[in-house]
Amino acid sequence: MTRVLELSGITKRFGHVTANEDVSLHLDRGEIVALLGENGAGKTTLMSILFGHYTADEGHVRVEGQDLPPGKSRAAIRAGVGMVHQHFALAPNLTVLDNVMTGTEPLWKLRSNRAAGRRKLVELSQTFGLKVDPDARVSELSVGECQRVEILKALYNDARILILDEPTAVLTAQEAESLFATLRQMTSNGLSLIFISHKLHEVMSASDRVVVLRHGRVVAERRTAETNKEELAELMVGRKVERPARPPATPGKVLLEGIDLSLSGKGGASLHGISFRLRAGETLGIIGVSGNGQTTLAGLVSGLYAPDGGTLLVDGQPVQVHDVPHAIAAGIGRIPEDRNAEGTIGDMATWENTVLERIWSPAFSSRGVVRRGAARAATQAIIDRYDVRGASVDGRIRLLSGGNMQKLILGRVLEAGPDILVAAQPSRGLDEGAIAGVHERLLEARGRGAGVLLISEDLDEVVALSDRICAIVNGRLSPAIPPERANAQLLGLMMAGDWTAAAAIEAEASHAV
Amino acid sequence: MRFERRDHPSRLVTVLAPIGAILAALVVAGVLIAIAGANPFRAYALILKGAFGSRLGFSETLTRATPLILTGLAAAVAFRARLWNIGGEGQFYLGALAVPALGMIPAFAALPGPMVMVACLVVGAVAGMILLLIPLGLRLKFGVDEVVTTLLLNFVAVLFVSLMIEGVLKDPLAFGWPQSVPVPDHAVLPKLMDRSRLHAGLLIAVGMAIFVWWLQSRTVFGMRARAAGLSPRAAAFAGVPLGRTLIAVACLSGGLAGLAGAIEVMGVKGYVTTDLSPSYGYSGIVIAMLANLNPIGVIAAALFSAVMFVGADSMSRALSIPSYIADVTVALSLLTMLVAIFLAQYRVRR
Repeated sequence: MTRVLELSGITKRFGHVTANEDVSLHLDRGEIVALLGENGAGKTTLMSILFGHYTADEGHVRVEGQDLPPGKSRAAIRAGVGMVHQHFALAPNLTVLDNVMTGTEPLWKLRSNRAAGRRKLVELSQTFGLKVDPDARVSELSVGECQRVEILKALYNDARILILDEPTAVLTAQEAESLFATLRQMTSNGLSLIFISHKLHEVMSASDRVVVLRHGRVVAERRTAETNKEELAELMVGRKVERPARPPATPGKVLLEGIDLSLSGKGGASLHGISFRLRAGETLGIIGVSGNGQTTLAGLVSGLYAPDGGTLLVDGQPVQVHDVPHAIAAGIGRIPEDRNAEGTIGDMATWENTVLERIWSPAFSSRGVVRRGAARAATQAIIDRYDVRGASVDGRIRLLSGGNMQKLILGRVLEAGPDILVAAQPSRGLDEGAIAGVHERLLEARGRGAGVLLISEDLDEVVALSDRICAIVNGRLSPAIPPERANAQLLGLMMAGDWTAAAAIEAEASHAV
Repeated sequence: MRFERRDHPSRLVTVLAPIGAILAALVVAGVLIAIAGANPFRAYALILKGAFGSRLGFSETLTRATPLILTGLAAAVAFRARLWNIGGEGQFYLGALAVPALGMIPAFAALPGPMVMVACLVVGAVAGMILLLIPLGLRLKFGVDEVVTTLLLNFVAVLFVSLMIEGVLKDPLAFGWPQSVPVPDHAVLPKLMDRSRLHAGLLIAVGMAIFVWWLQSRTVFGMRARAAGLSPRAAAFAGVPLGRTLIAVACLSGGLAGLAGAIEVMGVKGYVTTDLSPSYGYSGIVIAMLANLNPIGVIAAALFSAVMFVGADSMSRALSIPSYIADVTVALSLLTMLVAIFLAQYRVRR
């Protein structure tokens, strides 16, 4: 096998922080290497050095035997290195072809050779199985398609080595699967790939070799075939992590009930006649492919929208006023789907973010004047009790990592002692250690008698935490199944909307039990 | 070279940024003064002397700062909530026009003195509010960009004032000059200093600055307004009523600009003409930016601007260079302030 890429002895410091220390790794032709590490382990920094965004303090990068000059992205591109960033850099108002061709032709050329560009793009898209319409506007594409465009952009620049930074972070499970199939095909065409991830299952299923990074150092390297999830998790975190186990439920009275709820349009997908019951001390898990109404359902229960039809009952009483203060006052705790865009305001102080949703309560304001002392004290208590690292009461919240931000959100919600907890994608984008922490808190809330409505795309999470599981498909809710009978096939059928087939399988399984 | 966002913009940098910006603006304007054929140091010394050197100069500077504080506050409160009110000028004029208009109503003339004064101030503020609520309504209902609508309404408002003072509000004793009837006698603000134009409006303006500071930093409304400006989506999730909050912000912002107009006409001129404002409304935007949207900073920025304008008049007489240098300096200070704000929030990396 030929070695196409070699990083040796890379060290990078930012002030006092050492992001990478003496990191060496290599990549052979046709190989897929996974770079595994928790958030903040230095994966992205390392790849940015390779791609010339940063200059390494020590060490060097060799591509196909040639030293790469440090700090020059253009040289990296010319040497055949392509990078697909986690956040897409596409112009939404341009077509796919325009986006791909931008930057490949000199600015002073009067006519762009679109015919040749189109030919090359179509050819690439066929060779690598990246189906996309060259004339579609990027704003009309799905997230998965945008990613294909990003990959095509790199390939258009004749990339032979492709680096993907957390490629599945924004994809649904289905899209991720098809992405990995595509990547496989690309290696058989002679490409070599590095992908960055902190998700164990995708590392196990998609890579040939795993390099584990922790605190900026390479702590281990394994052939994927010779390792397992448990070992990798331990290597990545540095200790044994175990997600907490779910003790048996003791369901009590019905706390939250939806009767034939419908809502059209608002905030994405519609809901059509959804009915459910959530009891005290149980977790109802809702799975589904994104865009099937999860966001709308969470928003409805959270008080963001009023239903067009149907009734929502909290503690047996129909909800009259659908707004956020009433929802919170009725004992509904809300963990938003998107921490950064919905859950927090980056440029406001930690204490402001903590109390904003309860600012009307006499605890935090009286006669329209904020009780700053009380608000700050409450925030400090949450920071201490929920172990929010790196947070200061007056510091801006954007400085927190995803995991610590989520701890703060959990803290502000749980300190109010909610009877009902709506947790939308509570562990999305978090690393293993943080996920275990979130799960522990959710189980704790359930244990103390709260009803938890868990809406998640992470099937493992739902199966581990829920007492009953439903799937949401096109705004409709499937019959619930107990988690003991959940398996990949059954959950797949439920999410696909084939509920009769699912019921048949479940019946069979229950006979077997 | 690249820019990285500073994690903790230090308090020192935040305070030094506007000072550095003003110094930079003075240096650049100094070059222009030199080109015009005068010694910049002498010119600046004369500006300071003109603005502070005499009792009259000092009182004029404070008189000039009074409307600027209010229009600066109007812009600052709106910008904090990301409501781009560029219509301070029009709101200023409508606020001013409301005072003589109210005086035309006989019932008001019969009220006791202090009540007339309060009524005039309130009506001036309300007139400014109304002019800002129209574009806000268009934004909330139809998504119309308020930068365009508030800006264009300035021209509508000034033309409306023109129409009024040529028509129903025209002063019959003004020998045909286009000016409004005078404000009611009881509405004339008391002087703070004998033989000067300095009036009690200054106290109202400073009081408003302190009030706005308190409102923004200590009240639920202030916190919600800032949240709504920074992230409408997160604010909505936290239960901030976005529409109502913006309407309140607009009332405050338009009200302050309208109040500025009412105070100017009640304190200085006594009647409305179409040259009542040497673009106080637009200057308010510059002042708000110079103050980094801080209400207390607005007082300092308004003073700076007033010093430049008052001082430049006497400087230009002494050195025979155009007094437009004051406009240039204030405009330059906006540009340098924008750079300074950027540098305060980002650090340069090589």
